[in-house]
Parts: sequence; C-alpha cells; structure tokens
Amino acid sequence: MEDVVKMVNLKINGKDISVPEGTTILEAARQAGIRIPTLCFLKDINRIGACRVCVAEVKGARSLVASCVFPVSEGMEVTTNSKKVLESRKTTVELLLSDHHQDCLSCVRNRNCELQTLADELGCDSHKYEGDKNQHDLDFSTPYLVRDNNKCVLCRRCVAACKQYQSIAVIGPNARGFNTHIGSAFSKSLINVPCVGCGQCINVCPTGALHEREEIDSVIAALNDPSKFVIVATAPSVRIGLGEEFGMPIGTNVEGKMVAALKAIGFDRVFDVNVTADLTILEEGTELLSRINGEGVLPLFTSCSPAWIKYVEHYYPEFIPNLSSCKSPQQMFGAVCKTYYAEKMGIDPKNMVTVSIMPCTAKKFEKSRPDQSAAGNGIPDIDYSLTTRELAKMIKKYGIMFENLEDDQFDCPLGIASGAGLIFGATGGVMEAALRTVYEILEQKELKNLDFMDVRGTKGIKEATVPLHVNGQLVDVKVAVASGLANAKIIMDMMKAGTANYHFVEIMSCPGGCVNGGGQPIKTAEIRNNYDVKAIRAGSIYKMDKNMSLRKSHANPVVQELYKEYFGEPNSHKAHHILHTKYAKRNKY
Amino acid sequence: MSKIKLTKVPFIGTEEQAAKLDAKLAELKELPGGLMPALQTAQEIYGYLPIEVQSKIADTFKVSLEEVFGIATFYSLFTLNPRGKNQVSVCLGTACYVKGSGEILEKLEEKLGVDAGECTLDGCFSLVETRCVGCCGLAPVVTINGNVYGKLTPDQLDGILAEYKPSNLKN
Repeated sequence: MEDVVKMVNLKINGKDISVPEGTTILEAARQAGIRIPTLCFLKDINRIGACRVCVAEVKGARSLVASCVFPVSEGMEVTTNSKKVLESRKTTVELLLSDHHQDCLSCVRNRNCELQTLADELGCDSHKYEGDKNQHDLDFSTPYLVRDNNKCVLCRRCVAACKQYQSIAVIGPNARGFNTHIGSAFSKSLINVPCVGCGQCINVCPTGALHEREEIDSVIAALNDPSKFVIVATAPSVRIGLGEEFGMPIGTNVEGKMVAALKAIGFDRVFDVNVTADLTILEEGTELLSRINGEGVLPLFTSCSPAWIKYVEHYYPEFIPNLSSCKSPQQMFGAVCKTYYAEKMGIDPKNMVTVSIMPCTAKKFEKSRPDQSAAGNGIPDIDYSLTTRELAKMIKKYGIMFENLEDDQFDCPLGIASGAGLIFGATGGVMEAALRTVYEILEQKELKNLDFMDVRGTKGIKEATVPLHVNGQLVDVKVAVASGLANAKIIMDMMKAGTANYHFVEIMSCPGGCVNGGGQPIKTAEIRNNYDVKAIRAGSIYKMDKNMSLRKSHANPVVQELYKEYFGEPNSHKAHHILHTKYAKRNKY
Repeated sequence: MSKIKLTKVPFIGTEEQAAKLDAKLAELKELPGGLMPALQTAQEIYGYLPIEVQSKIADTFKVSLEEVFGIATFYSLFTLNPRGKNQVSVCLGTACYVKGSGEILEKLEEKLGVDAGECTLDGCFSLVETRCVGCCGLAPVVTINGNVYGKLTPDQLDGILAEYKPSNLKN
C-alpha cells in the first residue's frame, strides 16, 4: 500500500487551506501566502517557540500559540493578524528592547538587523519599558569574533548553529531569568574554549551581538602608507557573495566588478587566491599519491579549512598525521607573494602587505598561527584578512558605485586561475579539482568528462569510488566529502572505530563549504527558511567553472611557471619550506 | 547582571569520591535524562560542582562542558563554590537586618575577601546569607557551624573569626 499523506483542512485569516498533517501554523500560513514574523525560529536547527514573536490566535485555544512549533489540526481556525496578536508581538519586542543596547546608528548590523526590522514593522516604541538593563563586558579575546551580549536577544540561534551545524556547543545559555546570557563554560572567554572560529554563529545572529573582528582600518592605513606595496587577493566564494551586499540576487557572479572595485580602492595588485588553490591541488595531489604509495598514513584529509584544522587539533588530535601538510590557499598565496613575487619584483617582503578577502572568519585566526612566515623574520604570510562583508563595507566607505562599475580583470601573473581552483568554494570542490588532476597524472590521458557529480551537491556527507592506476595496479580510490563539522564528526568517529576505509577525505567546516562561510553576507532567517542559500551560491560557482576554458589546476600556466621558475616540482624541498606547515594538539579546556 | 560566582579554591578530590561518582555515572549513563541526577549525585559527593567534576560528567554523557555548565548555573540547587571548613551564616531576616546585619555581612565580606556565597581560598570559611534563625531577640545574629553569636557589632568580628582559624584550633 502506498503511503498516503493525510491532509488537514484549516482556515487561516478566513482563507481555506489544505496542508499535510504535521505542518506547523507558520509553514501552513506561508503556503497560503501569509507571512508571520519570527525571531528565534531557524528552520532545521532552532524550533524552540521561545521568543513569542510568531504568535497566532487559534479559535478555542486558551492563549496565543507559537506558530513555529504549533501543528495544524482538522477544522482549525487561525488568525495571524488580529489586534490581540499584533499587540502581543509589539509588547514582546518592546520588552526585548527594554534590555537592549540601542546604539543602532553605530551598530555593525544597522539596516540589516532582524530586531530593528521587527520593531519597525510592529510599530514599537523603543523606550516603552524603562527598567534594569544588563551590562555585559564585550568578548574581544579572539582575533576573529566579537561578542556583545548587550545586543543579544537570547534567541539561541547561535547556540543552535554551534551545536547542530558544528557539534561543538562551546556556547550556550548560562544562569537564569534576567541574568541569563549566552556564554561559555565557567564564563571563559572564547579564546579559552575549544571554539573553532567558523563564524556560523555570526551568520545566524539576528542582531549585532556577534560580528567579526574587523581589520578594515588597518588595511586603509596600509593603503595610505607610501612605503607599502599592498596586494589584495580574493577567495573563490567572495565573487558570488559580494553582490548580495549591494542588493543583487543570491549568488550573482560579480567577479569583474569586484576586481574593478579593488582597483578603485587603490590596491597595488589585485590577485586571485584561486591561483594558489590550483597550487594546493598540485601539492596536495602529490602528497596523496605519495601516501597511497606508502609514505604516510591514509586517509589524507584536506587542510584548506582553518576551523576544521583547529577542530582536529582540539577534538581528534590522534588524527593530526592524517591532515595534509599543505598550507591553505590563503596562506600559500601570502607565502608565494612574499617569496617568489617579492623576489621577482625586487620588493623587500617587509614592505609588502598582503590582504586576503575571504568568506571566512577563521582565516583571521589562521594567519596568526605559528609557522606562517615563508619569508622569515616574523614577516607574516598574510597581514590582513577581511570577510566578504568587510569588503562590501569598504567599497561603500570609498564611495564606489559598485553596480555601475565596468568589469575588470585580475592582474598578472597571480590572477590567472582554473575552474578547478574556483570550485574550492563549494563542498566537494577541492575533491573534484584534485580528481581532475590526479586522474590525468595517473592515467596519463586526457580526462573527458570533468564533472564529478558524485561529490557535488549540499548533502552533508558524499562518497565516491574512482578506479585509478597506481604503479600499474588498478586501485579503487575511495573518497569522501563532508561539510559542517557535525558531519565531519561522523567521519571522525568512523575513523576511531576503524570503519572508515577512505584514501582521501575533503572536509569543509561550514555547511555547504565556503560559499556559506562565516564571513559571507548575512541572510535573514526568513531568507534562510525559504531558500537554500548555499545551494544557489554553489550553483553559481559550478556554472562559472563550466564556462571556463581552463578547468584543470595542472594546466594553469601560472602554476606551471611557478614550478619551472621557483619550486622545481611539487613537494620539493623548497615547496615544503614555503607551502607546507605543521599542526599541534590543543587542549579543550 | 550579577556575575556567575566561580571559585578559585583548588579542587581536592579523594579517590574514594571519584570511585563513588564513577559508579553512579556508570549507572546513569544510559538513562534518558540522566544528566540531572548525575549532577545532583556529584554535588552530594563533593559539595559543589567544580570544572573537574563537570568535565567528567560532560564526557560521560557525550555533551559539551558548556551544556553541563548551562544546567549547573540554571538551577539554584547547584553551586560552583565549595563549602568551607567553617560555615559563616549571616542572618538577613527582618529583625537582624534592621539591627544592622547588612553592615555585618559587608564587613565579613571585606575581612574574608569573598562575596556572600563564596569560599575563602584556603578553604577555611564559606560565607552565606541566611534568613531568620529564630532568635530575633539577639539580632543581629551570625552563626558559625551552628554556634550563635548575637547582638553583634562589627568590632567583635575579628575576635570571633580568630577562634576558627586553624592555628588557634590547634591550641
């Protein structure tokens, strides 16, 4: 017998509607074209009915119900906009505002704040209730994130992201009643807990309670210092995220305008991190082959995602030997600039400033890791790392009319990259890029179909088997791809149990990969609840790759030149010195 | 916001206490909702819930330390501060309060270097607020380990505390 979904008939605001059993009032209303405002609700991860903003009136019910968790039933009559409902919502938000630092004009989330929007839509009096206000110290302890609990509305969306997406749960509600606040165990600051810096908490925060540690002013200072040669480079995902900050549709490719804007700001060179993504494939691919040949342990784990690296160091230090020793593309980029390019240009690396634009907050932490100074003398590979959001702010600050910019092209030489480097932005991209190269090296013939569909898509864990000739023998190379550390944890627990028999595993900390990184444009819960943002952005990246003529890392002429002129061959002594690094166990508490 | 009171008193647990907790945790581990009774048991054993004990419980139940801490700070039943060898209780009942026990408490906080609810670093005294102890005629009242000190004035406090200092107890 077929499973028949039982349908339930109800009325919402007098409109008849039929929805599957188990649907919540919020979802049913949406299907009927009726919008109910929400605050704490976040599809898939936070259904707690706590904030009471989404209340609705159900005929016969004793009190207003939270529509995000209340299931529909046969014959139910719901009103979502009665006077009682509207007044209740208004009071709820006014009470939130009574314990909220209302410095909206100087807030990082001004005009992009869900609390502000609600107050506006509900016609709130922002000072209706004057009473005690909590005073919290700001947490500035990490290089990547600032927590300002004075703006927290206790919706617990950050808590849900940390637990559900990343399985880490280093933040949570502490104390009780009016004293409740989001914090870490034993009131430790974030630097003293095993937070990985992914920034997913920032992306789900409705207010300005969480934001990245900005470095814009330092970049502007460098640009205004005539003794400095300032290089900027952008990660793959920035070009499909940045446009959203200027009102363009999700995932719009703005590569040309982005480059033009960076040139207009006045950077001496505008390069592409995709180049060192290509370089990573050569280094990591070679490392994989040598491991398959018995030098080192398997599986090999990718090392592009700094929050993932920190995660292994804190939570699974026994598998540190499985991590690729390759620096991330960001760090390789800085390293190549301050060695090869500095030599080529005759610039003292001391006077070179490298700025990376990243969809990531953990990159701000990564650049300060030990052993990230290829030029030596404590000269950092990367000086400053800005998020996509910070770049948008900077463009606005500089009075650049982004929408009207003519497309421009990256500078040479570190601006020519392949589609393989570009797809690093989506989960599975590094794996696909690696397979395109490893296949051609091992099989010594051209790969006809470059699209490895098995490793694409936003599924949390993907697996594939690729038969390849290694030393004349046909080996079923088993690969896995995971994004979101909760999914990575599943693989790591398999490793512990000895049931993971992979050769190569790609892990990205953020669900969906860098396109959905903690430094990308913030989408409201309403958008997140109704669109798969990461899938749309990834789709844009794959489309760009498809239309490129250069789609294989090893075919990139710049990478070939780098080996010919400078590194010799992948994993050479020089390459190891400049492009590779080490990791170390970190304590949890 | 009143800050969560954390102790700086070093954790000293005996093997016997650890064994007792381990046995109970083994029993509760698979039980749905076993975390709460685990915390209760741990507090019975140690008198409070230091980070060492909460970490052990977190590992047992495969949850993060923060998740345990969130619970430990939500319920007023749980305390993060050890109980000192001597329990100094200041009555803040109405009669004592109007007779100046508020000032007595302040002075004790100053002399012991801790806030109410905390324990001195040497583990010698813990200071607590209490409600009416039933001898309002003696207000203001402080009890130490059940010994009642009535009609107190702040200048008497040094002498009283000295009675409980380890050096004096030996004599």
